[in-house]
Amino acid sequence: MSATSSTIVNLPDQKTATLPKRSYLNNEDGLLSWLLTGDHKRIAILYLISITFFFFIGGAFAGLIRLELLTPQPDLVASDTYNKFFSMHGIIMVFLFLVPSVPATLGNFLMPIMIGAKDLAFPKVNLLSWYLYWVGGLFTLAALVLGGVDTGWTFTTPLSTHYLNTHVVTAAVGIFIIGFSSIFTGLNFIVTIHRMRAPGMTWFRLPLFVWSNYAASILMVLGTPVLAITLVLVALERTIGIGVFDPTKGGDPLLFQHLFWFYSHPAVYIMILPGMGVISEVISTFSRKRVFGYTAVAFSSVAIALFGFFVWAHHMFIMGVSNYSALVFSLLTMLVAVPSAIKIFNWAFTLQKGSITFETPMLYAFGFMGLFTIGGMTGVFLGALGMDIHLTETYFIVAHFHFVMVGGMLMAFLSGVHFWWPKMTGRMYPESLSKLAAVTTFIGFNLTFLPQFILGYLGMPRRYHAYPPEFQVLNVLSTAGATVLGVGYMLPLLYLGWSLKYGAIAGNNPWQATGLEWQIQSPPLTENFIEVPIVDHEAYDYEWLAHKTEQEVTTVG
Amino acid sequence: MIVATHPHTHETAQPEGHAHVALPQHRHHFETQEQQREAGTFGMWLFLLTEIMFFGGLFFSYLLYRNWYYDAFVVASNQLSVPLGGTNTAVLITSGFFMALAVWAAEVKKKGLLVLTLILTMLFGCIFIGIKYDEYHEKWEKHHIPGDHFDVSEFVNPHAYGLKEEPLPPDQAQHTQIFFSLYFAMTGLHALHMLIGLGILVWLTVRAQRGDFTAGYVAPIENFALYWHFVDIVWLFLFPLLYLINRHPV
Ligand code: HEM
Ligand SMILES: [Cu+2]
Repeated sequence: MSATSSTIVNLPDQKTATLPKRSYLNNEDGLLSWLLTGDHKRIAILYLISITFFFFIGGAFAGLIRLELLTPQPDLVASDTYNKFFSMHGIIMVFLFLVPSVPATLGNFLMPIMIGAKDLAFPKVNLLSWYLYWVGGLFTLAALVLGGVDTGWTFTTPLSTHYLNTHVVTAAVGIFIIGFSSIFTGLNFIVTIHRMRAPGMTWFRLPLFVWSNYAASILMVLGTPVLAITLVLVALERTIGIGVFDPTKGGDPLLFQHLFWFYSHPAVYIMILPGMGVISEVISTFSRKRVFGYTAVAFSSVAIALFGFFVWAHHMFIMGVSNYSALVFSLLTMLVAVPSAIKIFNWAFTLQKGSITFETPMLYAFGFMGLFTIGGMTGVFLGALGMDIHLTETYFIVAHFHFVMVGGMLMAFLSGVHFWWPKMTGRMYPESLSKLAAVTTFIGFNLTFLPQFILGYLGMPRRYHAYPPEFQVLNVLSTAGATVLGVGYMLPLLYLGWSLKYGAIAGNNPWQATGLEWQIQSPPLTENFIEVPIVDHEAYDYEWLAHKTEQEVTTVG
Repeated sequence: MIVATHPHTHETAQPEGHAHVALPQHRHHFETQEQQREAGTFGMWLFLLTEIMFFGGLFFSYLLYRNWYYDAFVVASNQLSVPLGGTNTAVLITSGFFMALAVWAAEVKKKGLLVLTLILTMLFGCIFIGIKYDEYHEKWEKHHIPGDHFDVSEFVNPHAYGLKEEPLPPDQAQHTQIFFSLYFAMTGLHALHMLIGLGILVWLTVRAQRGDFTAGYVAPIENFALYWHFVDIVWLFLFPLLYLINRHPV
């Protein structure tokens, strides 16, 4: 195999190429045909627009947080307003952006196509999920407009149930409803993957993106209801004063922590697993190789999902759990790092002998691997009991989870959006701008969050709006980084919008990839496949692809 | 691999070449009626799994607190009426029996019987809710609804109320409130499921009357029956846990 080649992009002749006359985009016209659609691809687009909207609202709060932290004095806003800022930032980012991001958009669009199905098993439930997302989102926004919430996204009791006079119940109702949106998505995915695979699409021929969404769906289905019932109890305690978490009535605030983190630790894997699926697809495509250790990567997703349920108490080391259980949970936490490491190693091996090209999705994927590795390794630090006691509730934590979730997940999301953009819209995005955006994001990200590791190590606590002057330099760096990062996120919004009208025609398979989604027209027909595909090869079988393109040159009119 | 890549020239959204006879309820994205039915049932089971997790949080809390505040829980649970709870158990099982009959009626295409059994299922469901209402009402009058009006005097000084319980020290007595919190949360959530089920039953009955389920398409009846039986089963855990175990003070 030759060394790295510069590009594999294979676009049709732009002078003669046109978009297909019929596609899911123009099959029916009018706003109503979108709002009542059962087509998984249209619902995916609805989600894409919605979560982008919420992402930028959450981002605005991040900007305000960083602006306040530019100076050591509490000069921009009062402390209670600051509390509302970071609460809304966390709530919106976690529940309205990160959890639905990849599954509800890319997963919704691609998963059925990847397994050769015409749609998800329950199209109406899928649409219902989207409406629930919005109803929940509006409740959350209402909480914001009515005066905000200041519990942080963790709703810690008894703070949330007794001492705060803000709109906790409204926000809790919002998240309860969004929870059902996520449960229904997960349920729909699991049934679809079990029951709707095309002939020949065996479990071990599934693309890894499907596997990872499958694992995330298990977590959604099993974890989210526990969060839902916990929020019901919080709301009941606030409104009618039942005492399940209230120590003055014999209730136990620690119980809240157990129930909350029983969901919220697995939730970080709901956020990251689908992103890992994207990375597997991208890495394989741009190094022209089957993912090394396919089975191990597939099973590691499921393993992460299952182990994820047994480590929740590592969020509670300093909250009064017994030493004995802290030790057990510390050990279990180390275990869950293993399947994640398996993935990183397998991606590295995949790259090792591949013929790599550096397209935009691949740049984001490299960003993911670097940042997620740092995030994951610091997680191992935090899982170690002694270290955690020093570092928890400091900016070290903030940096850790931003490395995983923003550095990891968001990079993966952007990688996937770029990778499948030609499939979703039929058009390419401008090459050099998109690479610029990827690099800007990476630099901005590191500038924002690397200083926070140091800040945390030096002892700057999280969730304060003022700090001792000696921390200022690092905070200024971080705020500067956030500005760069903001630019990095705005760029795709602009040029992807531009490309909808002016982008080059992409053709069916610009990356010359093997997945079923690349064998149909771009953008696809409403029914995806005119005839049910019969699958007779493994995922990422590039020899099969070379063979096939020799035989038949496919065109779309 | 056979993948269609030729241009789409005609308007129809229906792929050609299906071997099976499509019933009117057949959705276009399923290859066969059988696949559709399996997917529906599988989806329903998964949904019930989420329901187990949903109740699971409450069961977990209950077991934890019962362990901690054993005496308070024993005394508080003696306040519940076993005859009423027992009657309700019987009522619910009867209603589940009629639901099972309804599935059978739909399968053998007996429209009249289907409608009748659905109505009977509903009737017994309503009786259950009525009895539940009565129990709640009694708690209300005794100030055993958790919250600001909660009153522990009956547990601190049971003999003054003609009860044979051992008196609880005031701080212990406070913990009876947690029992009642969980009692209302668990039975309330259960009752809410019943109410939602009753709503769906009305809709199913109307459709059954139209003959929707007696022409070979029974999936909605089957899936609803799964839901209804699940609600029954939850009660079969709630009843012993809340009403029965340790009736007598230690
Ligand atoms: C421009 C980029 C961002 C900046 C500058 C930023 C800044 C911050 C800061 C300073 C905090 C800590 C507040 C405190 O504890 O005092 C925070 C918390 C948090 N951020 Fe971000 N953030 C950014 C992007 C994101 C994104 C994209 C996500 C999710 C996708 C996210 C998720 C969270 C979460 C979950 C918390 C935890 C809140 C809590 O525990 O209270 N952030 N962010
Ligand atoms: Cu965790």
